Amino acid sequence: MTDMPIKDAPQKVVEQSRLRVFLDSDVFYMFKKSPVAVISTIIFASLVLSALFAPLIAPTNPFDPASLNLMNGFTGPMTPNAFTGESFFLGTDDQGRDVFSTILYGMRVSLFVGVAAVLLAMVIGITLGLISGYVGGWTETIIMRTADVQLTFPSILVAMLIFGVAKGITPVEYRDQMAIWVLILAIGLSDWVQFARVVRGATMVEKRKEYVEAARLIGRTPYAIMLRHILPNVLSPVLVIATISLALAIIAEATLSFLGVGAPATQPSLGTLIRIGQGFLFSGEWWILLFPAVTLLTLALSVNLLGDWLRDALNPRLR
Amino acid sequence: MSEPVLSIRGLSVEIPSRTGTVKPVDGVSYDIRAGEILGVVGESGAGKSMAGNAVIGLLTPPAHIAAGEIWLNGTRIDALQGEDMRRLRGKKIGMVFQDPLTSLNPLLSIGDQLSETMLTHLDISRNEARKRSIAALEEVGIPGAAERIDSYPHEFSGGMRQRVVIALALCAEPSLIIADEPTTALDVSVQAQIIALLKRLCRERGTAVMLITHDMGVIAEAADRVAVMYAGRLAELGNVRDVLTAPRHPYTQGLMASTPLASQGKARLHQIEGAMPRLNKVPEGCPFHPRCTFAQDKCRAAPSPQITDGAAACWFPIAAEKVS
Amino acid sequence: MLAFIIRRVLQSALVLLIVGLTAFSMFRFVGDPVDNMLGQERTAQDIERLREQLGLDQSFPVQYYKFLSEAAQGNFGVSYRQGRPVAEILLERAPATLELAAVSGLLAIALGIAFGVFTAIRRNGFLANFIMSASLIGVSLPTFLIGILLIYVFSVELGWLPSFGRGETVQIGFWSTGLLTASGLKALILPSITLGLYQMTLIMRLVRSEMLEVLRQDYIRFARARGLRDRAINFRHALKNTMVPVITVIGLQVGAIIAFAIITETVFQWPGVGLLFINAVQFVDIPVMAAYLMLISVMFVGINLIVDILYFFIDPRLRVDRAGGH
Repeated sequence: MTDMPIKDAPQKVVEQSRLRVFLDSDVFYMFKKSPVAVISTIIFASLVLSALFAPLIAPTNPFDPASLNLMNGFTGPMTPNAFTGESFFLGTDDQGRDVFSTILYGMRVSLFVGVAAVLLAMVIGITLGLISGYVGGWTETIIMRTADVQLTFPSILVAMLIFGVAKGITPVEYRDQMAIWVLILAIGLSDWVQFARVVRGATMVEKRKEYVEAARLIGRTPYAIMLRHILPNVLSPVLVIATISLALAIIAEATLSFLGVGAPATQPSLGTLIRIGQGFLFSGEWWILLFPAVTLLTLALSVNLLGDWLRDALNPRLR
Repeated sequence: MSEPVLSIRGLSVEIPSRTGTVKPVDGVSYDIRAGEILGVVGESGAGKSMAGNAVIGLLTPPAHIAAGEIWLNGTRIDALQGEDMRRLRGKKIGMVFQDPLTSLNPLLSIGDQLSETMLTHLDISRNEARKRSIAALEEVGIPGAAERIDSYPHEFSGGMRQRVVIALALCAEPSLIIADEPTTALDVSVQAQIIALLKRLCRERGTAVMLITHDMGVIAEAADRVAVMYAGRLAELGNVRDVLTAPRHPYTQGLMASTPLASQGKARLHQIEGAMPRLNKVPEGCPFHPRCTFAQDKCRAAPSPQITDGAAACWFPIAAEKVS
Repeated sequence: MLAFIIRRVLQSALVLLIVGLTAFSMFRFVGDPVDNMLGQERTAQDIERLREQLGLDQSFPVQYYKFLSEAAQGNFGVSYRQGRPVAEILLERAPATLELAAVSGLLAIALGIAFGVFTAIRRNGFLANFIMSASLIGVSLPTFLIGILLIYVFSVELGWLPSFGRGETVQIGFWSTGLLTASGLKALILPSITLGLYQMTLIMRLVRSEMLEVLRQDYIRFARARGLRDRAINFRHALKNTMVPVITVIGLQVGAIIAFAIITETVFQWPGVGLLFINAVQFVDIPVMAAYLMLISVMFVGINLIVDILYFFIDPRLRVDRAGGH
């Protein structure tokens, strides 16, 4: 994947030609030809943008107590409230918060945790994968054995354990504040194995090639060889795994928050919103549950479709 | 002469694709008689395997028979579909593939695979099938067949596995065997044994054999007649001795000159300039003309003539005396 | 074969030791166990006595050894929150989880393989394509949403099935089963679909892609060239080879079912060990967390061992002791 603008190039010429190469590449051609890929990209991009600019788009700030009116509670979507006459696009929850706004802010938390967790998993996985593939020996055995053991356990369980332990370590008064970071840590640590495995495999292949030998002979340090020579060659499988992991991380975050071991009610993610909404399922206020659930599903599905397509496009053998 | 077992007339195979239709087999005709081995020779991509797959009805879609006729024992089979074609496979036409290491199912014992094939085509009992399986293994020269019948493929060497594959292809006594590069994946020392085995079985049972190979040595060793293919077309067809000693098509001549044959002992091997065209870029006229030293205007303009036995698809075939 | 299994058992034991170490470290270092076990009214003697009782004054390896030998005898300490022995609580709740996991596991494996084979054989059929597209939604749909959706349709709207609990149970020895009463079976339907659906989708997609791979192999072509019937090719030749890689993953999935039971049990308030665990995480009830971790590790390791042994029955290439040839 040399056609990815990986780092900001010093000269503009290089930048342009890289863009050119990308636009001419087979991958981009296949992308244009695949309606599924294009549509899911558009959906995903608009979800990300609306999450990023939530403060500008959202009609109210659901976390500003001053803007809330309890009288507005349980207003149905698109119907004026019986007491105040106010109307809300997607209705309100029990405390009179605008559901549309809470979804936008909730998606922010979900995406932030998801992306950060995948980045963490990526950094850990790539580092350990490079080291174990390049150094080999005992280092490799220890790292890969640990990976094997962890792989035996479903990552959601590992994340829960890490969350529980971290919660036990943090003092009670900081727990809510720290919850988001603990979530990122828990999901990130539970998901590095895939990256490490792929990077290690690719590193072992690259290591034997002549150019790495040449770099070693002219006195490059192992650190430089791994980072500048081997790493760029393993980026395309890493990209595929990262995309699929993102969908998994978003779902994992939602699951943890739904179970009450994730984002707190003061900083709700989509999962927390669904947890809250589930309480009103029997009393008929379906919109408090439905809209966050549909948003979560759309988000996860668009990333999954993108990952599925990317996997086929970049590397048909990687399954 | 007796009625041929297999008779192919003007066979064409087409593969439609995004960039246009290609013809890996284009107007090919030949016969194979009982007990006869026809060597089909050519470079990879010349269409020799594709013709074999067309006969047994195993073309991978979107490849399909676009024109021509295939007759087996006096019955036309090129239009047969599904069940009808399946019943012919194994029963009337056997096939041997190139790589014995991947041709056998690793999880089933060879006895199971043999019995299964026989039970599919022949009306016999399980016990009978097992007895015949042992006999079939003995016939192809597997030592201790009765003990080894329950062994799995990985317990045999490459040469032995190819013998098993041949036993499988022959176990329902088909009248035609298509052997697609049966020796290519084997050690040189084993190749001759497998060829000798094929020859013997074919003589004993009067089976017709289509022996597909790129190896002129194998042709010289085994074949009675030879069909030379080039870019999907038949270049030359005739008795193996005639074609080998006095090739009439310039391509055959080049092919012969570039093959080390023990009998000739030439100091230096000749090579044909250029490469066979890709199938989507087959030139107008005779497909060989860009590489042919004898090419003239007519070769560039008119497609080479359709041929029958003992002829070369060339407007200016080499006369016998020209060959040194 | 024996050597292989012995090596596997040793590896499993190593995994259990590592997990045990993790569980013990959790117990020992997350918060102060003495603090957690004694109430507000405590004296210096109380603390001292408990420290001695728990062996906290001894060296780390000794403590670890004690912890393991206690755990091996089924003694996991006392729950901080409930004040009862953890083993007792686990034993009480295990049947609910195991019944749920078994039913949904069978459902996932049977339907997953059936659909996978179907979509592979009818690769371009309309129904196969539809199932494949639906399965991608299935992969993107979090388990808890599936549960909520089912509750909404079948409990809230239609009122056919209960939305929580196990229904009536029958006590057989220590085992309480919901499989023998009508209400118990009815209560099992929605949770087992919820739990099994995601695993079924995964198994189906895997079976399909492995089977397509196998169908491209030379020995399948050769089987066709021998005129074998489609049924024999698909189910005798292809399916058996497909199962070799699929079995490993199914083993992992069975483990995942036990873990994912946590989510399903929360949605349906199913009184199993998963619900116990998630409450333990919420209230930082470390002994329960540690015990749960140990318990399901033993299960996972056991399942993996069974999978390894299953290989011998499926793949003759692994039965090296009878290799001849060459």
